[in-house]
Amino acid sequence: MMAKGRVEIDASFCKGCGLCTIFCPQDILELDGDVITPKGYHPAKCIDEAKCTGCATCALMCPDVAITVYREV
Amino acid sequence: MAEKTLMKGNEAIAEAALRAGCRHFFGYPITPQTELAAYMARKMPKIGGTYLQAESEIAAINMLYGASAAGVRAMTSSSSPGISLKTEGISYMAGADLPGVIVNIQRGGPGLGSIQPSQSDYFQATRAMGHGDFFLPVYAPSTVQEMADLTFIAFDVADKYRTPVVILGDGMLGQMMEPVVMPEAIDPSTLPAKEWAASGHAGNRHHNVINSLQLDPQKLYEDNVRRFQTYEEIKRDEARCETYRTEDADIVVAAFGAAARIVRSAVNQAREEDIRAGLFRPITLWPYPVQALRELTPKAFLTVELNMGQMVEDVRLAVEGAAPVSFFGKCGGVLPTPDEVLLEIKKIAEGLGV
Amino acid sequence: MSDERQVFQRPHALLPVVTNYCPGCTHGIAERLVAETLDELDVEGKCIGIAPVGCSVTSYDFFGCDMIEAAHGRAPAVATGVKRSLPDHVVFAYQGDGDLASIGMAETVHAATRGENITIIFINNAIYGMTGGQMAPTSLPMQVTQTSPYGRDLETAGYPIRVCELLSTLDGVAYLERVCLDSPKNIRKAKKAIKHAFQNQVDGVGYSLVEIVSTCPTNWKMTPEAAFEWMRENMLPYYPLGVYKDVQAEGFANAAEAAAARAKGCPLAESASSKGGE
Repeated sequence: MMAKGRVEIDASFCKGCGLCTIFCPQDILELDGDVITPKGYHPAKCIDEAKCTGCATCALMCPDVAITVYREV
Repeated sequence: MAEKTLMKGNEAIAEAALRAGCRHFFGYPITPQTELAAYMARKMPKIGGTYLQAESEIAAINMLYGASAAGVRAMTSSSSPGISLKTEGISYMAGADLPGVIVNIQRGGPGLGSIQPSQSDYFQATRAMGHGDFFLPVYAPSTVQEMADLTFIAFDVADKYRTPVVILGDGMLGQMMEPVVMPEAIDPSTLPAKEWAASGHAGNRHHNVINSLQLDPQKLYEDNVRRFQTYEEIKRDEARCETYRTEDADIVVAAFGAAARIVRSAVNQAREEDIRAGLFRPITLWPYPVQALRELTPKAFLTVELNMGQMVEDVRLAVEGAAPVSFFGKCGGVLPTPDEVLLEIKKIAEGLGV
Repeated sequence: MSDERQVFQRPHALLPVVTNYCPGCTHGIAERLVAETLDELDVEGKCIGIAPVGCSVTSYDFFGCDMIEAAHGRAPAVATGVKRSLPDHVVFAYQGDGDLASIGMAETVHAATRGENITIIFINNAIYGMTGGQMAPTSLPMQVTQTSPYGRDLETAGYPIRVCELLSTLDGVAYLERVCLDSPKNIRKAKKAIKHAFQNQVDGVGYSLVEIVSTCPTNWKMTPEAAFEWMRENMLPYYPLGVYKDVQAEGFANAAEAAAARAKGCPLAESASSKGGE
């Protein structure tokens, strides 16, 4: 069974570059077109938390260290 | 009683720097400051210090920047064309409020010029040691003893005000041998720690940043204003000069460094001929000893320099028209003789009818 | 809810500051890898970083260790001054291609040949970013930039500089590796290289430089994803990834040992190594 994970995306750091959305192996991250950050970016969000495995690929690719990743133990 | 030893000016600067606790020297070969670097190259490895021959003057000044940022006493030396290369780093040091001692043993210019003594970097030293709004203390020794003493003081002044400091000598002083009494040596480990230095926070404080970049115009303005407040303190407390036979002088001759030695002889000769001449010798070229000069009330001033007339502008600014100021000088390594200076003094005396 | 643990967080040596970098710029990844390394080697408290002039000019605000901002290209000279003053500390310079390979090439080459025991992180994205996309010393042949609007003309602008290859000839150098950051796998490799470069300094192995082939989505005028693709297609053939020098892998303890072996037969050089062994 896949590990269960969780991501926290800090929108104040996210610049909406989308690299996390491209590299997420579960394909559960996308830019949130409904939200505009004070800096003018659409931040990334997780659209299906149940599928997150906590693999941290998103955080590895994130140039802005906006993502903290947790994994169940 | 400290012992007198016979030393070359360049070596006296080097030895005094070591005694001031300087253990890091970065340089690049250039005449006529060679003996200074060679002395450091001989001594530093024996006392656990650094002598580093940099790839360029630019690298040397930036090594000084790094060493100073790390909190140690450090020095670089060069001669005129090399100082021009260093001005980039000196401006950054001023902008980052870094101490450090820079020695210029001047030679004739512009360009590659000559390797003979000159004072043609007066403007550069006092006005334009790099881009931006800043000044830095400039010491102008006139004897080998002063080369030692002022170098020693320069390190204290640099640390106290967090500013680069220049020792402005010339090829004549650098090469000349005179007896000198060295200042008592300081153990660098006893110097006070520099809380602002980038020397590793060891987990005990937020990080220190050494920097001259300030993108916020208001903050950069405030940084400059603060620095100029420090300059006011330096002007008030650090201006130095010597006056010689000026009490009753009708003619005061202003000269610094090697030129002052020539003028001193000329003044004595003039006195023998009953012309009341005196010598005003600035020891700091910045801050210029304006107050001390204004206290003199001769009928005329003469400025004698080993250049085409640079310090004469500061004399005129200080005198503010209270008396006529004339200039006599030679450059390119050609030195005026005491007789030539005496002739100038006599011409002025005749004009004044004294 | 069951227990969970953090598996990825901001390294301590990277301050919680929003950077000035454009979206998708790999500077952020590179700086994070450096900061992770400082954490893992537990050297932040005795580390001094040197920031360059270029897009990462304000990286002194990002790294948690003590920082010094250098004049353009002079970071290796500044790092030298710091390291000679604080030889037990960890000193690194973080530089871009214009800073390291153009205006600062003399400082780069001489710090390397002196064998300064420092670490250099070199970001090569083939363009001047901060000033708005001018031709860099590493801009590719026919690469269009603001100052090579018809493509880098080899007849007038000459050829790009391959920094790792150039420095690999120098005896003072202990370790050179070229990496990139276009995938999780390559980021892990880059991290390993960066850590090796810092570990070398801690162990006294000698001058180590990691060249990170990077992107500039803004000035290349591409999305971050397309920039990775362009980098793979155009930059990597010109700047092949890999280790360009590693004296330890060659069986030497440090750069000095490797240099001595290479200078065998030169009596003066041999007298230097016998002096070192005393």
